[in-house]
Amino acid sequence: MGAKEDILSRVRVALQGDAPVTDIPREYRQSGTMNQDQLIDHLTDRLVDYKAEVKVVLATDLQGAIAEFLANARSVVVPHGLDAEWIAGVADADVVTDSPEAPVPVDQLNATDAVLTSSAVSVAESGTIILDGTPTQGRRAISLVPDQHVCVVPASTIVEILPEAMPRLEPSHPQTWISGPSATSDIELERVEGVHGPRRLSVIIVKDA
Amino acid sequence: MSVNLGIPAVRSSGEGNLFAHEKFQSAAKRELKNEQLRANLRHATHTIRDKRLNVVSELPDWEELRESGSRIKENVMARLPELLEQFEAAFTARGGVIHWANDATEANAIVTSLIRATGETEVVKVKSMATQEIGLNEHLESLGINAIETDLAELIVQLGHDRPSHILVPAIHKNRTQIRDIFRAEIPNASPDLTDNPKELAATARAYLREKFLNAKVAISGANFGIAETGTLGVVESEGNGRMCLTLPETLITVMGIEKILPRWEDLGVFMQLLPRSSTGERMNPYSSLWTGKNGPDGPQNIHLVMLDNGRTRALADKNGRSALHCIRCSACMNVCPVYERTGGHAYGSTYPGPIGAILSPLLTGITAEENSSLPYASSLCGACFDACPVKINIPEILVDLRAQDVEAQHSVRKAPTEMDVLMKGASWALSSGTRLKFLEKGLPAGRLLAGKDQRISWLPGIAGGWTSSRDIPAPPQSSFRDQWAQREKFQKSQGSQQSQQSQASQKPTGKQGE
Repeated sequence: MGAKEDILSRVRVALQGDAPVTDIPREYRQSGTMNQDQLIDHLTDRLVDYKAEVKVVLATDLQGAIAEFLANARSVVVPHGLDAEWIAGVADADVVTDSPEAPVPVDQLNATDAVLTSSAVSVAESGTIILDGTPTQGRRAISLVPDQHVCVVPASTIVEILPEAMPRLEPSHPQTWISGPSATSDIELERVEGVHGPRRLSVIIVKDA
Repeated sequence: MSVNLGIPAVRSSGEGNLFAHEKFQSAAKRELKNEQLRANLRHATHTIRDKRLNVVSELPDWEELRESGSRIKENVMARLPELLEQFEAAFTARGGVIHWANDATEANAIVTSLIRATGETEVVKVKSMATQEIGLNEHLESLGINAIETDLAELIVQLGHDRPSHILVPAIHKNRTQIRDIFRAEIPNASPDLTDNPKELAATARAYLREKFLNAKVAISGANFGIAETGTLGVVESEGNGRMCLTLPETLITVMGIEKILPRWEDLGVFMQLLPRSSTGERMNPYSSLWTGKNGPDGPQNIHLVMLDNGRTRALADKNGRSALHCIRCSACMNVCPVYERTGGHAYGSTYPGPIGAILSPLLTGITAEENSSLPYASSLCGACFDACPVKINIPEILVDLRAQDVEAQHSVRKAPTEMDVLMKGASWALSSGTRLKFLEKGLPAGRLLAGKDQRISWLPGIAGGWTSSRDIPAPPQSSFRDQWAQREKFQKSQGSQQSQQSQASQKPTGKQGE
């Protein structure tokens, strides 16, 4: 407790005699102007720029799109709250379900080829997909350790700019914001995709049927 | 009732890797000779700054975001006690444990005891400026605890027994062949046929570190933001090494400066637009992790946070320099700085290089500390850093203020009259008479002897040494202006008499017109 009191007392001394704080101006954009088709195009453009693979499909074609992206996976992990229909078209792979009660051990995740999740909110302008740990997205480890992440983005969850996304997110949930696959530019600034996270990010944007 | 004496008893100066152990000017002189470094840096800073301009120009409200970012930070500084307590309450309510550290020594001791409690001797680390500032890796190593850096660039620097030279791309001074040589020598099981292809090098690091991630029980990180109203911590990164460290181990120890607080959740919507665009020139960094305490079986079960002062309250007390604490460590200022571009990060000595380092380090340690008084002179005051700063830190103004503080500090330790007084008296004596000045100008050629091959004087003896300690002087001309003028007059006179003879001659036809 000693250090805390020392620090706070020094802060108070440092601030002595200061003028009262004024309001923070927030003149920046708080909402976007795009319609849903424009949002989908914009998000797609950003994700492709990051070297992610993107398919835009109607809800009726979702199962097929998932099966196509997972064609080469021998094993897939899914979070426990995911719609079982989504993975039903993937016939050739072993599917493991991860849940808070029965978390898949990390060694097993490491041996798993792919993961399929949904997503909470996506930001078109920056090409960012946000997972929030709810049952359709699962624990953070499952979308991290396998080499391919197939992520479903319902069109209704896309916003144009980040300030629109913030009120839609629950801060107490652990969040992972994903903008393209893992990448590094540390060697002579040459971008290399896939260092420690999934090397392949496959995004399916689902339009309302 | 307690009486506030206004003088806290505990020391408040920053320690650890904040000190330049050599004057910037002499370190810079040495670094300037490293042509490889300069070529790498020029390429890197120009590439990043061009990318940054592109993505910044995409946002129609960039200036509004900067203004809000700047004012949010101002607000944070003004309300710091209240926000820190609010953060602590929210963080603790979610199962986190907060530790407070006055300085590097205390912070290192806290982290050490937390690691020792787990019984582990190897920990994984996310790239963090705060832990570098306090010299945590060196401290742990001296106690037999191996801290493995997992960011690719930090790994290169660590395996190369080197120091980072840039806060965003710490290994930018190394090229691919040098990196291959480091990996071949230092990574067990690295293929002897490893080439210098960046893809192959990254894959080698991936294979080496994956085993560490899967087995690590303890991770150490910094934090880009701590949100007061929710108790949330955030780390932004690219490679996924951060996600590995933040989610897989059982124990997570985070070290964060007390200035990293943001008041509200919505503020993150401002800073997450400002930071990635300013630092890597991307619309968003590939990965960001946000966690608010414990989350059941998702992530670490033991969540610790060390709240670090290490000179921040000292900087806060400097009303003119306080805004240096607004820094979000994006490195935009170093990528536009003509001085940084030529000297590189090592010349600054401290953990924080470039324009922000030139103000932050002396503010954290005090201007009189070791060689840090030389850092405010590591600038041409061109103002590019101010323009680039996403939170509008007026770096040039703070540099000038710190120079003034340095001069004052020097004055108080010197005996009167000062060198400046002597110089000014001398100048006044010389300039008040043409004859005296003429006499003194005869000495100019002697000045040329002091200059090196490059025709620059970088050292003057005695009282003039203060001037050359931070700048070079061009060699004096061969002769004075007066002498040159006199020569010219003399020459023109002789030419004039010749010309009048010639013009008379040219009036005679020669038959060779137009030649």
